[in-house]
Amino acid sequence: MAKVKGSIVVDIEKCKGCELCVYACPTQVIAMSPDVNVKGYHYAEDVNPDACTGCTNCAVVCPDGVITVYRMKV
Amino acid sequence: MSDNITKGKMIKPENLVYTKSRVMTDNVTSYCPGCGHGTAHRIIAEVIEEMDIQSEIIGVAPVGCSVLMYDFLDLDIQQAAHGRAPAVATAIKRLMPEKFVFTYQDDGDLAAIGTAETIHACNRGENIMIVFINNGIYGMTGGQMAPTTLEGMKSSTSPYGRDVATMGNPLKMTDIVATLPGTYYVTRQSVQKPANVRKTKKAIRKALEYQKLNRGTCFIEIVSNCPSGWKMTPVESNKWMEDTMFPYYPLGDFKVPEED
Ligand SMILES: Cc1ncc(C[n+]2csc(CCOP(=O)(O)OP(=O)(O)O)c2C)c(N)n1
Ligand code: SF4
Ligand code: SF4
Ligand code: SF4
Repeated sequence: MAKVKGSIVVDIEKCKGCELCVYACPTQVIAMSPDVNVKGYHYAEDVNPDACTGCTNCAVVCPDGVITVYRMKV
Repeated sequence: MSDNITKGKMIKPENLVYTKSRVMTDNVTSYCPGCGHGTAHRIIAEVIEEMDIQSEIIGVAPVGCSVLMYDFLDLDIQQAAHGRAPAVATAIKRLMPEKFVFTYQDDGDLAAIGTAETIHACNRGENIMIVFINNGIYGMTGGQMAPTTLEGMKSSTSPYGRDVATMGNPLKMTDIVATLPGTYYVTRQSVQKPANVRKTKKAIRKALEYQKLNRGTCFIEIVSNCPSGWKMTPVESNKWMEDTMFPYYPLGDFKVPEED
């Protein structure tokens, strides 16, 4: 059976570090980076990318629309 | 499953399932981290893009944190004096009935200084969509008590908590406008969780579809957060909203058209 796999791209400089995406992800893909962007925010990172299903939950709750989601059958 | 599918292989236009709507500008919003205003803007933009009405819709921005809405939504937007958005929207819609018209207002704007404009626009059944962000506080000016502030809730002007004996009860605008014959579709939603965001987006879509059919005022309350005014992290604020705001402002439809 075909499986789906997803991948996210975070627009790091526009992330405000609110962490809402971290809690919205059902598979714990996202964590906040120890590094900060130019605004001084710890930004979201896909630390566990293999677990991403491309469900879009993170992008849907991001107030700043900084997450882009891709999904494909593998 | 081959776990060696690289990111590079997936990141291709044909695999794109979500990206920010092109109806949003590239500007970073002035909203605090985690504020529901941003999410509400985003889904309004998505509906406008999906309906392909970017050049056919006019928004009216309030006074409040969303006063600069025209910087974030790439639409024709008129900024109104505090509370007057429904009156301004009335004029725009009557002069240009072929356009879609909506207001976007927070609780200090819609439920305090603009109560009269709101109620009368709804009572006249103006064919507009009103999006009402209820975060129970005046955000922009530093967290003062709003008409919607909950009983016992602390704000900079109710430092010991709202006392209903002297300050009145939190005002349920959505319940009130649902009783008016001019309103066609009245609902209360939220945008803190993926499922809520998706539902609210559907409500916005419905409201604009009804507007196309000249059905009357559609009123969408979005119970939202104000992490800065509430002095909480965004995650804490959403939890507090669910635990404390939702019991007083329960989510759901207040008036659903029979055609549905
Ligand atoms: C006529 C007038 N009175 C008062 C103000 C000051 N003022 C600016 S924003 C605001 C409150 C906005 O609160 P709310 O509508 O809850 O929006 P939020 O900032 O929470 O998004 C007030 C009273 C004003 N700009 N104009
Ligand atoms: S798309 Fe879904 S699975 Fe992937 S990071 Fe976002 S929320 Fe997690
Ligand atoms: S929800 Fe958006 S702004 Fe908030 S941390 Fe995640 S990517 Fe950044
Ligand atoms: S003050 Fe409150 S309502 Fe205004 S942008 Fe900040 S969090 Fe949002």
